[in-house]
Amino acid sequence: MYRILKKDVLVPSINLFEIEAPKVARKAEPGQFVILRLHEQGERIPLTIADFDRARGTITCVFQEVGKTTMELGTLNEGDYIQDFVGPLGMPSHIELFGRVVCVGGGVGVAPVHPIARALKEAGNEVLGIIGARHKGLLFWEDRMRAACTELRVTTDDGSYMRKGFVTDLLKEAIHEGGKIDLCLAIGPLPMMRAVCELTREYGIKTIVSLNTLMVDGTGMCGCCRVTVGGETRFACVDGPEFDGHQVDFEEMSRRSVIYKPQELLAREKYQQNHASRCACKGGTC
Amino acid sequence: MTEKKKAIKPQKNPMPVQDPALRVKNFNEVALGYSEAAVIDEASRCLHCKNMPCRQGCPVDIDISGFIKLAAEGDFAGAAKKIKEKNALPAVCGRVCPQENQCEKYCTLGKKYKPVAIGRIERFCADWEMANGTGSQEVAPPTGKKVAVVGSGPAGLTCAADLAKLGHRVTIFEALHTPGGVLMYGIPEFRLPKAIVQAEIENLKKLGVEIQVNSVVGRFATIDDLMQKEGFDAVFIGTGAGLPYFMGIPGENACGVYSANEFLTRTNLMKAYLFPTYDTPIRVGRKVAVLGGGNVAMDAARTALRLGAEESWIVYRRSKVEMPARQEEVSHAEEEGVRFKFLTSPTRIICNDDYWVTAMECLQYELGEPDESGRRRPVPIKGSEFIMEVDTVVVAIGQGPNPLIPRTTKGLECTKRGNIVADTETGATSKPGVFAGGDVVTGAATVILAMGAGRKAANAIHNYLTGK
Repeated sequence: MYRILKKDVLVPSINLFEIEAPKVARKAEPGQFVILRLHEQGERIPLTIADFDRARGTITCVFQEVGKTTMELGTLNEGDYIQDFVGPLGMPSHIELFGRVVCVGGGVGVAPVHPIARALKEAGNEVLGIIGARHKGLLFWEDRMRAACTELRVTTDDGSYMRKGFVTDLLKEAIHEGGKIDLCLAIGPLPMMRAVCELTREYGIKTIVSLNTLMVDGTGMCGCCRVTVGGETRFACVDGPEFDGHQVDFEEMSRRSVIYKPQELLAREKYQQNHASRCACKGGTC
Repeated sequence: MTEKKKAIKPQKNPMPVQDPALRVKNFNEVALGYSEAAVIDEASRCLHCKNMPCRQGCPVDIDISGFIKLAAEGDFAGAAKKIKEKNALPAVCGRVCPQENQCEKYCTLGKKYKPVAIGRIERFCADWEMANGTGSQEVAPPTGKKVAVVGSGPAGLTCAADLAKLGHRVTIFEALHTPGGVLMYGIPEFRLPKAIVQAEIENLKKLGVEIQVNSVVGRFATIDDLMQKEGFDAVFIGTGAGLPYFMGIPGENACGVYSANEFLTRTNLMKAYLFPTYDTPIRVGRKVAVLGGGNVAMDAARTALRLGAEESWIVYRRSKVEMPARQEEVSHAEEEGVRFKFLTSPTRIICNDDYWVTAMECLQYELGEPDESGRRRPVPIKGSEFIMEVDTVVVAIGQGPNPLIPRTTKGLECTKRGNIVADTETGATSKPGVFAGGDVVTGAATVILAMGAGRKAANAIHNYLTGK
């Protein structure tokens, strides 16, 4: 059992949990992920590591409530326990002195970008951070990212905060400003990562993306997470989760990501009905 | 043979089974087990040959004649104890061992009649003990030595049990959230109830074995960390064959194509057949094709029917006689309505605009000269392409060793295919103090062979630790 030491509702439906998991924290590196299972009937879901504290033995995860499991996770509070929590899984981000690096985070993807940006800056890189959200109310960790990057630029899709536009608009501006970009890292929703890759491909900027595929075991055993990269089948759980974005078959990946859409909707609906009948919030957002 | 002559019963006592029409709708165990009368009758068929040919067929060297004698006398506790001297998981082995290729293959009775149903007797005694026995086992005084066992499948469990009995402090590290390895994630409930596996594991804990789940060695700690920082004096690696092979044909990443590992793990370990009570989903279409002819393929095809598939096909590139699956599994599958397309192999998987499988293009084969495996080589027939409509494909053509430990362990010699190189008698690897056994060494094989390797390694580790 793994205790939740801290819960922070960053924005409605996006939560931060600090979880006591010393074995995981000891070896965790930026770019890696964990898999958790809430209880005996639970499914195993991967979450990218947003931060870690080796001394305190904790792992920080940031997740958005989108399906049954993440909604249920969101009802837990400080002091509650998660039954299973395993990691660190996947390959760590490749950190070295590249020169000037652009780190792009979209939506909840800002969380996993943060420790990578920080590590890149610590390695001596000039790090330009670009983060975005649909609207002001969904943006989080601007302060943390500002501290982790050399420079930070912020955008919202609807212009409710800072400038209006997508992260790709800011990225394009940064490219047009001139100045060498040695590497781009992008984490966020699939369409965003895909758009970033299409843009950087035009300019020949090497781009790394972190793929959040469906997974079961997360140790290379089932192949559920397979993606086509450079024409070859790779397993996101052990070969990734980071890959050369220009080589990733995003079309295939987006098709595979919705394999269980009907089941996910069913499970969510059933959960919401049960929850509404039990909880004082009466189906609202408790 | 000094005992008075008794009339030989030519046939085995039949194993009661769930009716095929019923069982295909549930996940309960298919074989129901002998009654007490049947087990005594079956055990009395044994001739107790002096040279005990059956024993040479047993990878863990069980005193078969000995336990059968006790079973014939109705002393099931004694019989179970006798089995447990050599076999830490008798309730498992009684169910999934391919006895027809092992002990029962060498049974003297089998030369003229049907062999003694050794496996069924073993199963009865183990189950009886689980229900009625104390399960107490002797443990040697503590040696003060610590051993790490990586993986809690058949090899790891056996190795851990033997070492614990010898007085060593054993910690098992399991990557998944439940111990048991392939016994939990791979072999279906209807062939090996998970409660049986967990009961065997509870017995192991009674020996003092500690099990740490959610512990992926190679990630939370390397083998070197275990030995240098965590104070383990020796390590046994029994990580199994946890890497699914795919065909390498176009369309294999389409939605609706599963590896057998994924299909079975979702169903067995995650209990997707109980969705949405359990959260893990699985999708089985109307018409399922399972590629391969081994036990895993049979398990997947039978599972597909239980999940509601209207048709479940085994598609195999050789013919029926070359199938590596146990005869019993093939018969059970046939009884349940699994259909077979022999001498057939897909060349590509066809999908619709949404990237879902709709069909496979297959090629027909004929058998040529025997290949290196001794089986006749399948040769494709030119121009024999045909389309087979399917909406789910399960690839069950085998598994390789999981690469995590080989990738993260310095100085551990591996083969080109990624198997760990280990001495066949001792399990010793190229790294001092590190031993390995089971599928990670041999490639995918059987539960009992993995157990045999775990046993040999336990002996070798004991000698290593005690300086013998």
